[in-house]
Amino acid sequence: MAHLTLSGLTRSFGSEVILNDIDLDIQTGELIVFVGPSGCGKSTLLRMIAGLEKITDGTLEIDGQVMNDIPPSQRGIAMVFQSYALYPHMTVRDNMAFALNIAKKPKAEIDAAVDRAAKALQLEPYLDRLPNALSGGQRQRVAIGRAIVRNPKVYLFDEPLSNLDAALRVATRIEIAQLKEAMPESTMIYVTHDQIEAMTLADRIVVLANKGIAQVGSPLELYERPRTEFVAQFIGSPAMNLLPGKITATGPKTEVTLDAGGVAVTEIATTDTDMGRAVNLGIRPEDFVIADGDAIFEGEVEILEALGEVSLLYLPANMSVGEGAVSANQTHLIAKLPGIHDGLKGQSVCLTADPAKLQIFADGITMRR
Amino acid sequence: MQQALFALSTIIIGVFGCVAYFYFSNLLLDRMCPAKGPNAGRNINRANAIRPWLFVFPALAILSIYLLYPVFSTAYLSLHDSGGDFIGVGNYTWLAQDEKFRESLVNNLMWLLVVPAASTFFGLVAAGLTDRIKWGQLAQSLVFMPMAISFVGAAVIWKFIYDYRGDNQGEQIGLLNALVQAFGGDPQAWITLPFWNNFFLMAILIWIQTGFAMVILSAALKGISEETIEAAYLDGASPLQVFFKIKIPQIWGTIAVVWTTITVTVLKVFDIVFAMTNGQWGTQVLANLMYDWMFRGSPDFGRGSAIVVVIMLLVTPVMVWNIYNAHKESR
Ligand SMILES: Nc1ncnc2c1ncn2[C@@H]1O[C@H](COP(=O)(O)OP(=O)(O)O)[C@@H](O)[C@H]1O
Ligand SMILES: [Mg+2]
Repeated sequence: MAHLTLSGLTRSFGSEVILNDIDLDIQTGELIVFVGPSGCGKSTLLRMIAGLEKITDGTLEIDGQVMNDIPPSQRGIAMVFQSYALYPHMTVRDNMAFALNIAKKPKAEIDAAVDRAAKALQLEPYLDRLPNALSGGQRQRVAIGRAIVRNPKVYLFDEPLSNLDAALRVATRIEIAQLKEAMPESTMIYVTHDQIEAMTLADRIVVLANKGIAQVGSPLELYERPRTEFVAQFIGSPAMNLLPGKITATGPKTEVTLDAGGVAVTEIATTDTDMGRAVNLGIRPEDFVIADGDAIFEGEVEILEALGEVSLLYLPANMSVGEGAVSANQTHLIAKLPGIHDGLKGQSVCLTADPAKLQIFADGITMRR
Repeated sequence: MQQALFALSTIIIGVFGCVAYFYFSNLLLDRMCPAKGPNAGRNINRANAIRPWLFVFPALAILSIYLLYPVFSTAYLSLHDSGGDFIGVGNYTWLAQDEKFRESLVNNLMWLLVVPAASTFFGLVAAGLTDRIKWGQLAQSLVFMPMAISFVGAAVIWKFIYDYRGDNQGEQIGLLNALVQAFGGDPQAWITLPFWNNFFLMAILIWIQTGFAMVILSAALKGISEETIEAAYLDGASPLQVFFKIKIPQIWGTIAVVWTTITVTVLKVFDIVFAMTNGQWGTQVLANLMYDWMFRGSPDFGRGSAIVVVIMLLVTPVMVWNIYNAHKESR
């Protein structure tokens, strides 16, 4: 039960600013996910909230109380680390009981809390083991149990699943989702660079980039209405195609003529002053369909990746690349078509898309209002 | 010139001797177990079993001569009197009754209880305090400095600290007496104070060994995962609780290794006592007693050797435990 208010939060190391002027409101019971490319300051922001990292400037409030100078243990938070950070010399039980022991809680209360958490996380058979006798998934559950036992107002997770193998990651992700459902009152902040985790877990996603917040919104909001090219290409895989072009008709339905020749009519409204403006047309690979008539893009399929349920078509094209979008393909347009399309390799195809799903970016910012 | 030639020829003979040994012994083995004929498979297995021994034999032999032979020779000597006649356990029964030996044994025991504990403790405190602070490195080098001084050198330095000038010998120059006088006390001849002088000598070894303990323990402290420490702070532990409940338990193995390593050094302590008091005023220790019997006055190799055997028997179990712990650490 806690809401957090971050206002003007800034962190710099020496003269180097890592995070600049972060403003964010987090409601009670929300599960917020911080995503962003590696090194953008997700962990730093989380650690500032935890009190492990100094706040250079700005204020952090939890339930209206300024927390800048309150020590970590008194902020009502618990943190789950990427490396689990279990105490290697203590049994699972002692690991989970450590905080309560330090707080000198009565023994009966400690045992009850540990047993309850162990039961919820299926850790009962391992309570007397040392951490190094546990598997990665079990260790992570102990780390989560250690947080639960303290009954904090805010849970902080720093990439808790990234040390697990793929199958275990899915299972543990679902466990965390169930855990959240069982504790609707607790606020959770979850850091990840994995967008599937972000999309599936989050009530709201905070995309961090360029020392600040690029966009905050629900997973689908970010997917359907990205505010910048960066967000557009960061959310979704493969990344959104950005095709350079010019606005050739304005009004409630803007028309973009691509440098490559195709014409796209979108459902984005523009005014006369935008006429002739150089823009990027954004189309998600999964929004492409093969056209019978007018095509937005026409080209030869150079590479075809058949994944069974979908096929990825790579068509040589001059692409625009949004700032910082590491995963975007610069030399090929990518289309993701459902099903198997064995015959298309080497063929010329005409692609089009639902006008409602098209995006227009001018100077990196969306033209949607 | 002649010496240089002699040295050169020794080197040449040694090197070529080694090469020749490896070459011909290898050749001989191949001849004896040829890798063909009816028994080829068995011969190859047999040759492979023998070959490693062939190669380590010279090293093994030299090690045995220089390490094992003295042990047995000492044990042998300890069963003989000064004239070289066999007297069985005579030297040991003499030891059991000797006043000085008993004093040495008690003193060694005191050294054993105090020095490893104090050195490890101070080393741990120094390592803990200098860990993760900016000028910690500088502080550590200062604490480590005495390690670079030989025991005798250290003894000379501390002799000045404990120095005492009698009534008609002018002003006091000892640091300790200066301090005592500054606080209004009377100067003392510290190293002749019965019983307490033992501790003044121990202080020297502690002063030296603290640096050793600090360096090893500081490396161990750095090896502790930063995140477990942060997790402990989040769990509400104070810095002291983090130190005692999180850090120390994680470096127990290293503490044991440091402790036992210093213990072995302490059991063999000689130089400091030799240089400071030479065992007078009730400060005798086993190693110095041994030296007295071996090389002083009318030497008695038998009694000296018997003392050596006692020291060795005391050191061995500690050594074994030390190696066991070090192994466990490095796994
Ligand atoms: N102690 C530090 N001194 C200087 N720079 C640091 C320090 N800690 C982190 N940084 C920098 O801060 C940036 C953000 O780091 P981090 O929050 O760990 O990124 P993320 O978790 O998003 O991958 C990185 O560029 C990193 O180099
Ligand atoms: Mg990180």
